[in-house]
Amino acid sequence: MKDISTKLLVIGGGPGGYVAAIRAGQLGIPTVLVEGERLGGTCLTIGCIPSKALIHAAHEFERAQHQAGGSPLGIRVQSPSLDIAQTVRWKEGIVHRLSGGVGALLRKAGVQVVKGWAHIEDGKTVRVEPADGEAVRVRCEHLLLATGSAPVELPMLPFGGPVVSSTGALSPETLPRRLVVVGAGYIGLELGMAYRKLGADVAVVEAAQRILPGYDEELTQPVLDALERSGVVLHLGCSVQGYDAQHGVRVRSARADEFALPADRVLVAVGRKPCTTGFGMESLQLDMAGRFVAVDAQCRTSMRNVWAIGDLTGDPMLAHRAMAQGEVVAEVIAGKARRFEPMAIPAVCFTDPEVVVVGRTPGEARAAGLDCIDAAFPFAANGRAMTLEATKGFVRVVARRDNHLIVGWQAVGQGVAELSAAFTLSIEMGARLEDVAGTIHAHPTLGEAVQEAALRALGHAIHI
Amino acid sequence: MGIYAIRVPDIGEGIAEVELVTWHVQPGDVVAEDQSIADVMTDKATVEIPSPVSGKVLALGSSVGDTIAVGSELVRLEVEGTGNLKENSAPAPVHQTQTAPVSIAKIEPPAATPARAAPPAERAPAPAPAPLRASTAPRGNAIVARAAGERPLASPAVRQRALDMGLELRYVHGSGPAGRISHDDLDAHAAAGGQVQSQGPAGYAERHGEEVISVIGLRRKIAQKMQESKRRIPHFSYVEEIDVTELEALRARLNQLHGATRGKLTVLPFLARAMVLALRDFPQINARYDDEAGVVTRYAGVHLGVATQTDGGLMVPVLRHAEALDLWACAAGIASVAEGARSGKAARDALSGSTITLTSLGALGGIASTPVINHPEVAIVGVNRIVERPVLRGGQVVGRLLMNLSSSFDHRVVDGMHAAQFIQAMRALLETPALLFVE
Ligand SMILES: Cc1cc2nc3c(=O)[nH]c(=O)nc-3n(C[C@H](O)[C@H](O)[C@H](O)COP(=O)(O)OP(=O)(O)OC[C@H]3O[C@@H](n4cnc5c(N)ncnc54)[C@H](O)[C@@H]3O)c2cc1C
Repeated sequence: MKDISTKLLVIGGGPGGYVAAIRAGQLGIPTVLVEGERLGGTCLTIGCIPSKALIHAAHEFERAQHQAGGSPLGIRVQSPSLDIAQTVRWKEGIVHRLSGGVGALLRKAGVQVVKGWAHIEDGKTVRVEPADGEAVRVRCEHLLLATGSAPVELPMLPFGGPVVSSTGALSPETLPRRLVVVGAGYIGLELGMAYRKLGADVAVVEAAQRILPGYDEELTQPVLDALERSGVVLHLGCSVQGYDAQHGVRVRSARADEFALPADRVLVAVGRKPCTTGFGMESLQLDMAGRFVAVDAQCRTSMRNVWAIGDLTGDPMLAHRAMAQGEVVAEVIAGKARRFEPMAIPAVCFTDPEVVVVGRTPGEARAAGLDCIDAAFPFAANGRAMTLEATKGFVRVVARRDNHLIVGWQAVGQGVAELSAAFTLSIEMGARLEDVAGTIHAHPTLGEAVQEAALRALGHAIHI
Repeated sequence: MGIYAIRVPDIGEGIAEVELVTWHVQPGDVVAEDQSIADVMTDKATVEIPSPVSGKVLALGSSVGDTIAVGSELVRLEVEGTGNLKENSAPAPVHQTQTAPVSIAKIEPPAATPARAAPPAERAPAPAPAPLRASTAPRGNAIVARAAGERPLASPAVRQRALDMGLELRYVHGSGPAGRISHDDLDAHAAAGGQVQSQGPAGYAERHGEEVISVIGLRRKIAQKMQESKRRIPHFSYVEEIDVTELEALRARLNQLHGATRGKLTVLPFLARAMVLALRDFPQINARYDDEAGVVTRYAGVHLGVATQTDGGLMVPVLRHAEALDLWACAAGIASVAEGARSGKAARDALSGSTITLTSLGALGGIASTPVINHPEVAIVGVNRIVERPVLRGGQVVGRLLMNLSSSFDHRVVDGMHAAQFIQAMRALLETPALLFVE
């Protein structure tokens, strides 16, 4: 067995791991990164990027169809058709380019990449088994765990055949005629809506009484409306019992009656679990926080010089959180004083309309004992939204009553994902309502609704 | 325009003097009616003093840490209308029980009127007037009031720079809107000698600087009480080891059965129960000793002092009639009085009248301690940490959960033998916890 020694060993090449490795390399720390699949992890290869590619393709296809049916804008096109194999090839092209790009960045930073599955022998030694070739033993001073997360499987709906996880749903060989999505969280709804736009009949089964249970109801209402308008059938308060090709998905409602939803494909998107087992991590006996690895504000685990970041370490399980933590760990190992203590972590749901949440919602602010004001500005009163045929939704701000400090932003509407930058910046900078109200926002843009929401909270919105 | 003097109001309960702990205003500030201008502290509770009128602060009458009499002048405001002081009136007599300079007596009125040209003899005699606090108070390392748990407001770049400089943002004054900390605030803090730690995590750099902290407010009360307790009471301490294996099993079982509905139990309510039962046979221990009058008062009810760590320091809120409470009521009572003390919202009588005190350092509890008796009580029982240790039982090594009780007694009125017997009685109850429930 080959032996390598390094200062930092990173297990996992997702957004957490690769960012940590690049930053460590930049800081001159000898670094080895081990990845069993493709560089870029869930995010680049089977998560954020491919899902957004598919959502975009679906959006374009729907638009073409919309225009074929007679557009109020006067555009006329022939009835469009879809070559799903080509769509998937196009998406793979993006993934390939990005994954290759990560490889190039790692090389440029001087990081040694070892392909293969890592197995932890102890807090300083890791064995890597490549798919082909000789095993390697890596000894390190610092071990960074960034093994990410995997889809949760339901015992009565094991993955395989027509039952797929998000990974399978992102690389379809054919389009299903009838898709049943189990789980109305962001992954299920993003993909469910995309499949609907691509032409499938889509039904969603969710155990909770509402969609996107992590968001407040006012915010999810426009999404609910859009789902209904697009013909996605929702079965809320229902649990799945099983699947067979003949009847489809068997469902039990809250009132305990059972029915079957015919389906030729089933997407199970009921959440993700951190990858904490199967590679020897148990032997380190790290302190856990529930199912996650417990870390402090510098991403240290309970074992000296063993660090953990990303989906492994808790909610929100999002790529940008993993990246920010990766950067912190690299800098701390380099001897800098750093902490992972953001004021807010944005969360975006790429449904149509999109939903953005940054900081506290009015309900959360109340629960935290803050006396807050909140105000919403509807896109129906925004000029740019009208020119984009995107007047559904609103921007809402939450601020402390006593000093007008902004503690939260929420928005729902077309393209609002891009507003997350302004939202998060204003909170990190400690902006008050007056700061946003007093900033000139370009006209005509959707961003004007941000300024107007702040003005409205101050009691003097102009355009409503 | 008139001048209005705000005096220290009568806070009730026969309190004659208070200690000034915080100013919420500075000269030059405009205050609204009902806005809080200062916090003062009585024996144990902190009280906000609101302004009865709106106006502009002309001068402050005392410094933080001064003890001031009820009725003495606290602040002078410039107000619309006539005010309650004639501009040229002789300054109100200020009753200060300490030697702090009576600064309000030397305030120059904002505009010297001819009438102010009083004969020099009438002016305050030496010593020289204390300078008034300027309205542009130096901020440097002034400690800023932030609500507990509230994060200091600063942009990411400022937060990063503070980390790099080894500065704790919590202690930095923010001059921006809503108290936002700017790069300039950081510089001012560092220049004023704000505690700068060495670069990076290495702990070997030389450290310089001194910090002078006045012992005021609750801290002073604690210091005085501790001094008093140790000076007046000849303490002796007694430490005994208790096997709490069964007690812990019972506690876990009760929590599992009832935790969700009746609340989780800590060890404290069990100790309180054991104490209440054991005290029935040792009335001399549930007592207060007035050594000046030479009287020991024994109490039938057990009013349990619960030593509680608060942000301001140690306080001892009182759980009344612990003898009448079952485990859960006792647990809830302890939690509630402790919370009252921590939030500073405890009523005054919740902080006095205990007959014996229970003190626990919780997880920090060490193996033994020498608790200080809460004067004028005569006993205190301290709880140390529970540890699992190997114990020989019938020649076999078994793991048992052991915990020490460290107790102190007033040797003038409690004999060593009785003290020991009392703790042994508690031990018997705790080691066979079923006995706690047998009447
Ligand atoms: C469909 C979908 C859509 C998503 N959309 C978004 C979105 O829009 N925005 C967003 O912020 N987040 C999104 N996420 C979540 C995001 O992908 C994750 O939060 C992010 O990838 C977590 O990064 P990570 O570095 O912690 O782990 P991962 O990206 O999961 O990377 C872990 C890597 O470690 C490797 N690995 C694990 N164990 C070993 C081992 N023993 N040896 C070697 N290698 C190992 C894995 O192969 C993997 O490549 C989405 C996820 C999914 C599934």
